[in-house]
Amino acid sequence: MRAQFVFQEVWTGLRRNLTMTVALVVVVAISLSLLGTGLLFVKQVDNTRTYWQGRVQLSIYLCTATSVSPQCKANGPATETQRNSIYHDLTSLRSQGVEAVYYESQSRAFQRFKQDFAQDRSFSSLVTQNEIPDSFQVKLRNAETDYPVVAGAVQGRAGVDNIVNVESILSNFYKLLDGARNAVIVVAIILVIAAILLVANTIRLSAFNRRRETSIMRLVGASNFYVQLPFLLEGIIAGLFGWLLAAGLLIAVKTLGLDTLQQYFPYNVQLSLADLIEVIVLAMVIGVVLCGVTSFLTLRRYLRA
Amino acid sequence: MAGFRLRRPHSVERCDGPVIHFDNVTKTYPNQSRPALENVTIDVEKGEFVFLVGPSGSGKSTFLRLILKEEKPTDGKIHVAGKDLARLTNWKVPYLRRRIGCVFQDFRLLPNKNVYQNVAFALQVIGKPRRFIRKVVPEVVDLVGLEGKHERMPDELSGGEQQRVAMARAFVNRPMILLADEPTGNIDPATSIGIMKVLDRINRTGTTVVMATHDAAIVDSMRKRVIELEYGKVVRDQSRGVYGQAY
Repeated sequence: MRAQFVFQEVWTGLRRNLTMTVALVVVVAISLSLLGTGLLFVKQVDNTRTYWQGRVQLSIYLCTATSVSPQCKANGPATETQRNSIYHDLTSLRSQGVEAVYYESQSRAFQRFKQDFAQDRSFSSLVTQNEIPDSFQVKLRNAETDYPVVAGAVQGRAGVDNIVNVESILSNFYKLLDGARNAVIVVAIILVIAAILLVANTIRLSAFNRRRETSIMRLVGASNFYVQLPFLLEGIIAGLFGWLLAAGLLIAVKTLGLDTLQQYFPYNVQLSLADLIEVIVLAMVIGVVLCGVTSFLTLRRYLRA
Repeated sequence: MAGFRLRRPHSVERCDGPVIHFDNVTKTYPNQSRPALENVTIDVEKGEFVFLVGPSGSGKSTFLRLILKEEKPTDGKIHVAGKDLARLTNWKVPYLRRRIGCVFQDFRLLPNKNVYQNVAFALQVIGKPRRFIRKVVPEVVDLVGLEGKHERMPDELSGGEQQRVAMARAFVNRPMILLADEPTGNIDPATSIGIMKVLDRINRTGTTVVMATHDAAIVDSMRKRVIELEYGKVVRDQSRGVYGQAY
């Protein structure tokens, strides 16, 4: 098997078919990028979920002097006794799903508020510490089943302003991300199918263009593998070029897209370089396998062995 | 490189028994009522020169294609170089074809390769090293009478010269058998003589030659074995024969 001869044939084939090769490269690039983007989305959501998994699910905000809800207006800010009684009741619910209870004072809350809104000084400077409520942050063992029990125990008590189900807010957010991910993946799959068809057609056209050479090759006794190899390599090389483009696009999506969204979140759920590399390598494997297998099957059908 | 020469020198391989053996072979193409070949039994010994004559459609091309295993017989056995073609697996067929050289009426050269490259192509696709190709191709191109024309492209050659290139390509791998399907069909009578001289030269190296032809003058002048086919049947098998019956 003479490598130089094979590569000469591959190069000739790619050049003669230039328009179709370019089309193939572009379609593979787009489909792999979309697949990769979908995967990046999945990873991003997982990262976010994991972050929140270890955090609180239930926030019980206590009344301040400026709270607007009716029970706070009627009873005034939360007193020390009220606080202790709520805390006592929450900790006694350990058997019913409460894993931990943290008390966040007004000063701490105010610090956190200023930190979270550090980008928006005009807004945060308008708020004083008195207006930021203190709260009990509750971590539940099982967010869905334990929430109603615990929330019910504290709902409407004196001193309680409102209860925020952090989980439900997040689940809406997750739904949004999942929806985006699904849309991206559906489009990606459609494009992958288009890529498969395009590879098959390009290889077929290439084989047809070179039928004089291939018929002589077969006449002269070239083994089937040797006859098919240049076309197989054409498909794979075009696929690899498509993958290179896709890799570039994916890097752009991560650095310019997902990472810039990071600035809106106070916690760090940025995807690591390892994640990006994993997705890119997976895209390459999919791309090469797709092009290789399609080329091979097309050749079996159209290049009479 | 003395140690290199431990292999057999590059020559025609040995084979005991007939190189081509057809045993009651029948071939009917689908959608055709009459068989292309019917009950054909022929033995061709090593080193023979055989003319295959007969009108169009008499089965000459079919005979050649069966030898190459481009077609399979409907009935009967075929042995080439001692091997039963029916038992030859698909992936072994290329190795059979490397021992058979083919020349056609339409030359079948690659138009964008020159003489040297066309002949070298036959060796490149079977994986021969470049050093080997550079040594053997010029020898064969000279053998067919095209010295000095290595760089010419096919469209710069006459019909006779193009056919010589085809023969060089068919012969470069020193095949056991050379099949020629109407090689002088597109060539004028005077040039045909030159072609036949080359074929004779090839035959003298020990290569078995089977040539299907309409060219009565050539058959008559060479007085080799003549097998005549008519409607797929062998009607005459004569050593030192002529084209038509001497009425």
